Amino acid sequence: MSEFIYLYRGGEAGRSPEKMQLMQQKWTAWLKQLTDQGYIKDVGQPLERTGKLVKGKQKTVNDGPFAEAKDIIGGYTLIEARDLDQAVELSKDCPIFENDGAVEIRPVMKINL
Amino acid sequence: MVATLSRIFGIHNLALAEDVVQDAFCRALEVWKFHGIPENPSAWLMATAKHRALDVLRRERTARTFAPELGRLLESEWTVAFVVEELFEANAIKDDQLRMMFSCCHPRLAEEAQVAIVLHILCGFSVSEVASAFVSSDAAIEKRISRAKKVLARSKKLFDVTCADDFSRRLPVVHRALYLLFNEGYHGASPESAVRAELCHEAIRLTALLLEHPLAATPATYALAALMCLHAARLPARVDASGNLSSLFHQDRSRWDPTLATEGQRFLDLSATGSELTEYHVEAAIASVHAMADCTEDTDWRKIVSLYDILLTIRSSPIVALNRAIAIAQHEGPERGLEEIRAIADLDRLVTYPFYHAALGEFEYRSGRSQIAREHFRQALALARNPMERRFLEDRVARCEDHRADSESGASVPAGIS
Repeated sequence: MSEFIYLYRGGEAGRSPEKMQLMQQKWTAWLKQLTDQGYIKDVGQPLERTGKLVKGKQKTVNDGPFAEAKDIIGGYTLIEARDLDQAVELSKDCPIFENDGAVEIRPVMKINL
Repeated sequence: MVATLSRIFGIHNLALAEDVVQDAFCRALEVWKFHGIPENPSAWLMATAKHRALDVLRRERTARTFAPELGRLLESEWTVAFVVEELFEANAIKDDQLRMMFSCCHPRLAEEAQVAIVLHILCGFSVSEVASAFVSSDAAIEKRISRAKKVLARSKKLFDVTCADDFSRRLPVVHRALYLLFNEGYHGASPESAVRAELCHEAIRLTALLLEHPLAATPATYALAALMCLHAARLPARVDASGNLSSLFHQDRSRWDPTLATEGQRFLDLSATGSELTEYHVEAAIASVHAMADCTEDTDWRKIVSLYDILLTIRSSPIVALNRAIAIAQHEGPERGLEEIRAIADLDRLVTYPFYHAALGEFEYRSGRSQIAREHFRQALALARNPMERRFLEDRVARCEDHRADSESGASVPAGIS
């Protein structure tokens, strides 16, 4: 088994309470299913869409945005899968696709010294 | 609330659950002082407890482990709010109470400890209320409850109500605890009042909760519910207008609660399926015979005696045998009653039971031997457990003395009786 990170990009559900609650329900159901199947290493956390960016040798501090709205990272999950293909398959039930978002799947690099 | 919070935090964090509830109540007092009591106080308390639960989960998620079966979903903001929200919904709360009820009836706990902790956690009785229900000291109950909590906390996991095997194995223990809870209320050895209607109602409420669960709605549960309702129907008449205890024979039956009696009868009908005949079936059947009679004389005593015969084969106890003797006396006369009492196998276990002496007194009195009767009633009086029993028995002693005075004036008392 290898570890992979899901980075959720874009796909904001809109701010109406009903819509948010429905999406919350779908996200919970999906993550619960992955947990029950034993693929979750860390459920991870959702992230606010704004913050600060510290950059360069000068360590200049800027407000976001860090990317186009559709590319902003909205959260992460650490999963455990056989290989990248399985990790890709497992991501396909993610509710983010209903809102035109994306899941970026990146294997965790193992650094051997 | 404690049941729901224990479901979230895990049974090993019972104390934390209690703290959060306590905290919600304190906040309520503070806020309500300024803003007045809200329209729906219990919803307000629930919402406060829910927010506090979320705070605790967030603050302590690295320091503590919470409910293992919810596990990771409580660790992440992706899911935590939604999971907690769901657990606070009405249906989930009922499930939590059921789960807690089964968890409290832990096989490593003695029966009285199970009943104490059910009262404390599920019925919200304070330690001193539990103590007065059991006629025990606060310190003793405190000890009993905290020991019980430790056993629960060590069990790490709440009882899994979805596992059919475990469920049906634990169900009789739950029945027994609820039965004891009801009896405690009905016969209550409590010092201030013989009838603790509140305990009876809590027992009925929890039994009704069982009936809502498909696995728990067994014939035995229906029988238990029937027994409770049929007995509770008589509660309004157990104490007469002047606040004195009134025996079944002298109760004003028009004061029996017809709704509860009908409900009990309906449960009894529903319990009549399957092959298992429990003690609850038989006791409910006895109560139903009483409920159907308009007065003592109309009662089908023959049927009651035969039901007591069955009950003795299921659960043999000297008290059951004593009740059987009383029923026999009702239709075959007091001398037969005395005979039956003398024939009870472990009679010595009854000597501290006031109504054993009272029954002897009653039969002797009816047989015209009021002097002997008076001695028996005096013995009963010495054992009385509360002011109501005391008044009831003092009244009996006085009646014997009146009678004796009458007969002495007529000089008809046979020599050698005392």
